[in-house]
Amino acid sequence: MTHIPFTGQLINMCASLLLLIAFAMLSQRRVLSLVHLFAMQGLILAFSTTVVAYSSHQSHLYFSAGLTLVLKGIILPVILHKLVRRLDILWDVETLFNIPTIMLVGLALVVFAFNLAAPISHMAGTITRSTLGVAMASVLLSFLMMITRSKAVPQVVGFLAMENGLFFAATSATYGMPMVVELGIALDVLIAMFILGIFFFQIRVAFDSLDLKHMEQLKDD
Amino acid sequence: MKITDLLFQLVQNTVLLVAAPLLPGWISQCRAWLQNRNGAGVLQPYRMLLKLFHKDAVLADQASVLFRVMPYVLFSCMWLAVALVPVLVTGLPLAPAVDVIGLVGIFALARMFISLAAMDVGTAFGSMGARREMLVGFLAEPALLMVLFTASTISHSTSLTTIVETLAQQHFVLYPSMTFAAVAFVMVLLAENARIPVDNPATHLELTMIHEAMILEYSARHLALVEWAGALKMLAYMTLGIALFVPYGIAAPGDWSALPLAVVLLVLKLALAGAGLALIETLSAKMRIFRVPEFMGTAFLFAVLGLLTHFLLEAA
Repeated sequence: MTHIPFTGQLINMCASLLLLIAFAMLSQRRVLSLVHLFAMQGLILAFSTTVVAYSSHQSHLYFSAGLTLVLKGIILPVILHKLVRRLDILWDVETLFNIPTIMLVGLALVVFAFNLAAPISHMAGTITRSTLGVAMASVLLSFLMMITRSKAVPQVVGFLAMENGLFFAATSATYGMPMVVELGIALDVLIAMFILGIFFFQIRVAFDSLDLKHMEQLKDD
Repeated sequence: MKITDLLFQLVQNTVLLVAAPLLPGWISQCRAWLQNRNGAGVLQPYRMLLKLFHKDAVLADQASVLFRVMPYVLFSCMWLAVALVPVLVTGLPLAPAVDVIGLVGIFALARMFISLAAMDVGTAFGSMGARREMLVGFLAEPALLMVLFTASTISHSTSLTTIVETLAQQHFVLYPSMTFAAVAFVMVLLAENARIPVDNPATHLELTMIHEAMILEYSARHLALVEWAGALKMLAYMTLGIALFVPYGIAAPGDWSALPLAVVLLVLKLALAGAGLALIETLSAKMRIFRVPEFMGTAFLFAVLGLLTHFLLEAA
């Protein structure tokens, strides 16, 4: 334990906080709290990227940290917040069935991700290699969250959280992706957010609800 | 074992025993401030105890010995628990008596007695409270044990002294697993001490009671002892939390010069913990009883996650 430098400990701490937030999202019923959790996830991600940049002297990671902070810590949560307000679902509470079971499945996913990442972590030489398991776990947990939700907004939050997990995996395994790729993904996420925002209104106009279960009526008989 | 250590242990136990009611007093004072009330002051629990000790006890006709013995057993269990947790100095004479698993056992013994005594008189509310207490207890206990195991795997010992010495008196290390353990511990603390959101200590509605329902039949000195034991239990849990998660400042054995700082830090930490608890209680609403298993299940999950992250992120 003592051979891990302090920056490494900080990164591990951020990793476990991200995992904590992933579980909190999984069990959160309120839409607004979900958006707040997502903003917190973005802030922690930006902080951990800064720490990685500082400890590995990779200057381009500072840019990704700044990009993460602005995009995922501020812009996307603000857009989501505005959408939730415009859609008038500020105090919407989703009925989630059987949270303990979902959490247990989540725990199994974490064990699975940790085992999956173990051999890769052994090969990687980065300071952050042990956090790869956590990153994969948060990707899988966000995926699980998307599966268990039926409303549109929580699903989109799950999608964005999954992107956060992927970003964290990239920083922890290989010190981030090339700048071009990163900028491209950031733009993609932003555009996707806008399009999904328009979709929300279209869905509500068509079905009078944001519950995606209604889409099952669309099939041809 | 030196005579000074023994003396210090005795003095510490007495001081903690006498000062314990200050803690619930402080918590309710904080709650009052947060709700824009003046509050009754931190000394209110003492006035309550004084009043209760001056009254005559009323016992039900069918009450057996168990019913009368319970307050004393509960009180001694909680006092023992407070004495076993390293508060100011590690390595006191009582410390080797029991490890963390034994400490959980002491809490379990107290829980068993209070539940049996609640069912003893045969009132409906008593047995309802006892059943609910056992429901909460059996879910909280594994979560607490997993939290303690996380600390134990870090320090390679189940002895609280070794745990505190590893966490506090070596150089500073951040343990990600302890974040999960801390969240789980706070949830267990809320449940075990009958606080909102699991139980409401100030409720008058019998149907929503857990802890209060069990002690409805008690009066006078018995009730006083039960209330005092409640304060001691809160103190034991809070000092245990401090010892596990923020043990900085707890003095090494024989290091008497560090003692004044340790006392100041302990009072500060307890005051902060109390204020934090009051904040949690003010911000949250009481859950339905059927939500409690979900809440405790989450606590257990977090504790298990803590153990998992320890093996992933911290194992050398």
